[in-house]
Amino acid sequence: MSQVAPQATSPAVDPATEVLSATCPECGSTITFARAPRRHELVRCPDCGAELEVTDVSPITLALAPEVEEDWGE
Amino acid sequence: MRLTLLHTRIRVEERLLLDELERRGIDAELVHADEAVIDLTQPHEPTGEPHVLLDRCLSHIKALAIVRTYESREVICMNPSGVTHACGDKLLTTLALTDEGVPSPRTIAAFGADGAVEAAEQLGYPVVIKPCVGSWGRMVGRLNDRDALEAVLEHKLTLGGPQHGVVYLQELVRKPDRDIRAFVVGGQTIAAIMRHGDHWITNTARGGRAEGLPVSPALDELCRRAASAVGGTDASLLAIDLMECPDRGLLVCEVNSTMEFRNSIETTGVDIPARVIDHVIQVAEAAEDGAVVI
Repeated sequence: MSQVAPQATSPAVDPATEVLSATCPECGSTITFARAPRRHELVRCPDCGAELEVTDVSPITLALAPEVEEDWGE
Repeated sequence: MRLTLLHTRIRVEERLLLDELERRGIDAELVHADEAVIDLTQPHEPTGEPHVLLDRCLSHIKALAIVRTYESREVICMNPSGVTHACGDKLLTTLALTDEGVPSPRTIAAFGADGAVEAAEQLGYPVVIKPCVGSWGRMVGRLNDRDALEAVLEHKLTLGGPQHGVVYLQELVRKPDRDIRAFVVGGQTIAAIMRHGDHWITNTARGGRAEGLPVSPALDELCRRAASAVGGTDASLLAIDLMECPDRGLLVCEVNSTMEFRNSIETTGVDIPARVIDHVIQVAEAAEDGAVVI
């Protein structure tokens, strides 16, 4: 299945050197992570409550999480 | 074993599963459904190594397509596309349960406004309207009379996509203010919770409170029958939603093929992500030994 774009399980972040914080794109506050996040992980901004998605892990970059789509679920 | 985790977002559940894999030293490749690009016409070459895909994709339509593609390459998919198909469309779930004699709420499908009004009259108001595809209690409505039904139908049939032309109407079961969620892993009901709520929809995604529920033999038996009805096998990972009807006992109302369990670990004392990964490994090992798992 080489056509897909797999991502390694381990985050591509060196925990010894990486800054575990990022800026909330909604309110601009700094969000600090207790551990290295994974790409596509969801977080909630403690200040404004916005639901955010980690779009990159080096450096950690956040974007507003996409809206729920009609066929989403469990 | 080669393991692929198909996902949309890394939510609490996916993070717990990945943490469990890390603890066991198992490296998984993560495939985001939106980023998958698959050459359908490329012949596949067997690697000889069991390859398992764990489906955690949020989109029913994308999951179905991607899982089916992996199956064509002899990847063991958990769950198989047939199970995802039956679970992801409530009309198909109801048919599958009924075919196997699993009790479920009375449900009528209609395909136009007049038919929907007739169906509601057969069921008796209030009726519950649900989209065939969807989850988390979204667009589920309790309609107390014909006026409410006609208003919803006009919006649904005018503003909704073609899929809203199938109108799924269900009796309102006079249940206590709670329902049951049970987890079936590898043909065994490993845990269950009771979900309480002030709202008539007691889904935890809608704020329902969860508490652990011991799995009785009767609950286990019914859940295993429900899992089997939707095509579940020993390789399946399913969450069964049930209601307690005062007249007919337990009714199965939904079977979920990408179960959410974040509210059910502490409440049940069962390490659900660990049990899931245990089972994934068992299925891969069985495949390695030549056993039929799907």
